[in-house]
Amino acid sequence: MTDATAEFVPGRRSLLTVDDRTRRRNAAEARFRLYGLAAVTVALIALALLLVSIFANGVSAFRQTYVAIPVTLDAAKLDKSGKLDPAVMAKVTTVGYAPLLTKGLQAAMEENGISDQGLKAKAIGALISQDAAAQLRNMVLADPTLVGQTISFEALASGRIDGYFKGRVTMESAKLDSNVSPEQLALADALKEADILHSRFNMGFITAPDASEQRPEAAGLGVAILGSLYMMIVVLVLSLPIGVAASIYLEEFAPKNRFTDLIEVNISNLAAVPSIVYGILGLAIFINFAGLPQSAPIVGGLVLTLMTLPRIIIPARAALKAVPPSIRDAALGVGASKMQSVFHHVLPLAAPGILTGMIIGLAQALGETAPLLLIGMVAFVREYPGAPPEGFFDPASALPVQVYNWTQRADPAFVERAGGAIIVLLIFLVTMNAAAILLRRRFERRW
Amino acid sequence: MNAVKFTVSALALAAAAGAADAREQIQIAGSSTVLPYAAIVAEAFGENFEFPTPVVEGGGSGAGRKKLCEGVGENTIDIANSSSRIKQSDIDLCAQNGVNEIMEVRIGYDGIVFASDINGAAFALTPADVFLALGAKVAKDGALADNAAKSWAEVNAALPAQDILAFIPGTKHGTREVFDTEVLLAGCKANGAYDLFLAASAGADDDAKKKDAEKGCLTTRTDGVSVDIDGDYTETLARIAANKNGIGVFGLSFYQNNTDKLQVATMDGVTPSVETISSGDYPVSRPLYFYVKKAHLGVIPGLKEYIEFFVSDDMAGPDGPLAEYGLVSDPELAATQAAVAEETPMGPLE
Repeated sequence: MTDATAEFVPGRRSLLTVDDRTRRRNAAEARFRLYGLAAVTVALIALALLLVSIFANGVSAFRQTYVAIPVTLDAAKLDKSGKLDPAVMAKVTTVGYAPLLTKGLQAAMEENGISDQGLKAKAIGALISQDAAAQLRNMVLADPTLVGQTISFEALASGRIDGYFKGRVTMESAKLDSNVSPEQLALADALKEADILHSRFNMGFITAPDASEQRPEAAGLGVAILGSLYMMIVVLVLSLPIGVAASIYLEEFAPKNRFTDLIEVNISNLAAVPSIVYGILGLAIFINFAGLPQSAPIVGGLVLTLMTLPRIIIPARAALKAVPPSIRDAALGVGASKMQSVFHHVLPLAAPGILTGMIIGLAQALGETAPLLLIGMVAFVREYPGAPPEGFFDPASALPVQVYNWTQRADPAFVERAGGAIIVLLIFLVTMNAAAILLRRRFERRW
Repeated sequence: MNAVKFTVSALALAAAAGAADAREQIQIAGSSTVLPYAAIVAEAFGENFEFPTPVVEGGGSGAGRKKLCEGVGENTIDIANSSSRIKQSDIDLCAQNGVNEIMEVRIGYDGIVFASDINGAAFALTPADVFLALGAKVAKDGALADNAAKSWAEVNAALPAQDILAFIPGTKHGTREVFDTEVLLAGCKANGAYDLFLAASAGADDDAKKKDAEKGCLTTRTDGVSVDIDGDYTETLARIAANKNGIGVFGLSFYQNNTDKLQVATMDGVTPSVETISSGDYPVSRPLYFYVKKAHLGVIPGLKEYIEFFVSDDMAGPDGPLAEYGLVSDPELAATQAAVAEETPMGPLE
């Protein structure tokens, strides 16, 4: 203090001339701004890198190569009895259908005068996905009258051929690759020339179920999207009423004593518990004790509800707290009961904040994998879950789970699929967060 | 107390609805090595039969067997995939929880290969080379010494003068067991270190000495030359892509799907392939199994059909899709098929 007074000589300082001390303070401020700017820049660069790498890897998953060929559904092969009885025809497995596709492709090659590059029938057939035989079989069993006709059929091209047109597989890599040969790629080029092979938007990536490692081209997100949707419904239906009721009670009605303090501390602690812990809890309570089925969205939803609840209660309480006491006083003053003042005045005013917290909690729950690991949802599931409410008990997978599964597969084609799945997940998350921001902008009142 | 009431009633509702709902699909869990094969069979099963596609989970062999032994009932799994044989402790746990009859089904063999970057030098290894490169203590001039080898050429003059760096499966992997016994232990014995460990052991009897010696053989270097990979083969592949000097341990099927990025090392002069493994020329392989809870046969629709379909010639045979993916077909498949058809439960372990 004495130094400062010694330095300060009244009358000799002007606000217009910058002295040392001011210069230092200004420099400190400029440095701080720079640090802030640097921090934001680093964050933005990280985000940009993330998005670029995801999109560069994943966008190609939304396009797929298809083969359009005429297929003759040979009655002698598919329906030996000649009675068109679906029960009898079901005995012909996909192994019986695959040669028909190969023949169809050979016929199309002949028609367009494309040489077979010296390839055997099996190698030519390998250009078509194994999934196509199953598709064709389902089509025939659904409509047995097709037997004996020649239909035009669009089949998926196999993963390596699709990878060739996307640049993942090259002539050089094919020489070393045991799953595809350069001759097959040359044939694919010729087929593309003749417009038998074409690529288009791949709706199957959104709607189809997962596929095994032998047919990455057929793998889709259908079951995962449905599973995630069902879980979010469970989370919403359970955590919204419970969370809002709990926060209203704690904020407006509960007496302030040691017990409620304890509850408050516990809620804050629960919000910070790692999500895998909820998975362990879910396994013990919902599956082992309550006897709920494994891999079911209902269990996933219940586990995620437990995880989300504290994360909803905290912002909901903050929103209720932000409503000024004058509103409550005014309501009470004109004769409203405590309950009326809360439900007619405080809650509507706090609703935008509560909803924002809710949506952000849901978005977090949507991206969780760890708790699902223990309740059997990190699995290979191909059957769509049924319509709710029974569907909640059918096995399903979830979007982040699908990403995790696909990154572990041996076939490089799944890398692209995983990228695509991340894009779909990001779209959902961005939509939900945008909705939260929109709600806040629209309805929030500032005091 | 609102929240508590809500939760309790929601739980009660959910439990009631769950109990009323019978399980229709088969539930499978276990080894991530068997997972792709099981997924291929499950997919084909769902397509060609009237039953729904089974649900296949990973999680590891040990975890799968433990889940199988949790008890009998619709909320427990039906089949555990396993890349190593069931242990007595698993069987005891099963018996304790009322799972008395288990069927053991061997589906085929899996080869374990060493592979390095496609553009790097080629390797022709022997188990002794691998042990000399990765063992913590090796035999040198008739005595045990800390392993100080820096390059492969120091280990064996015939190998390339490239820094030693190996990515081996972590201890929780089933693959590690095979790597330990078929490569490290075999190399240790060939090198002579095993006898030295045996002589140096302070164990009370022969058994304890043997255990000591095995432990000595299986201890790998900790100076960063031998890296345990706890993740999947995709992680090993990524590590090799980032470090071209590295050599990694893979399953044969994984290597066959990535032949454009990896080159495989020969072992004792034999190139690993489905043929050399089934003939027994390639030394490093292991049987793959799945275990079926017999009490669930006839209760879970399609379970018997699924296991019969799995071991049928169309699937697990030498020309089936599993062999195409890298499974080495079991020469005794016919015996397995007969055992499955008769639902023979497994006897006590030898």
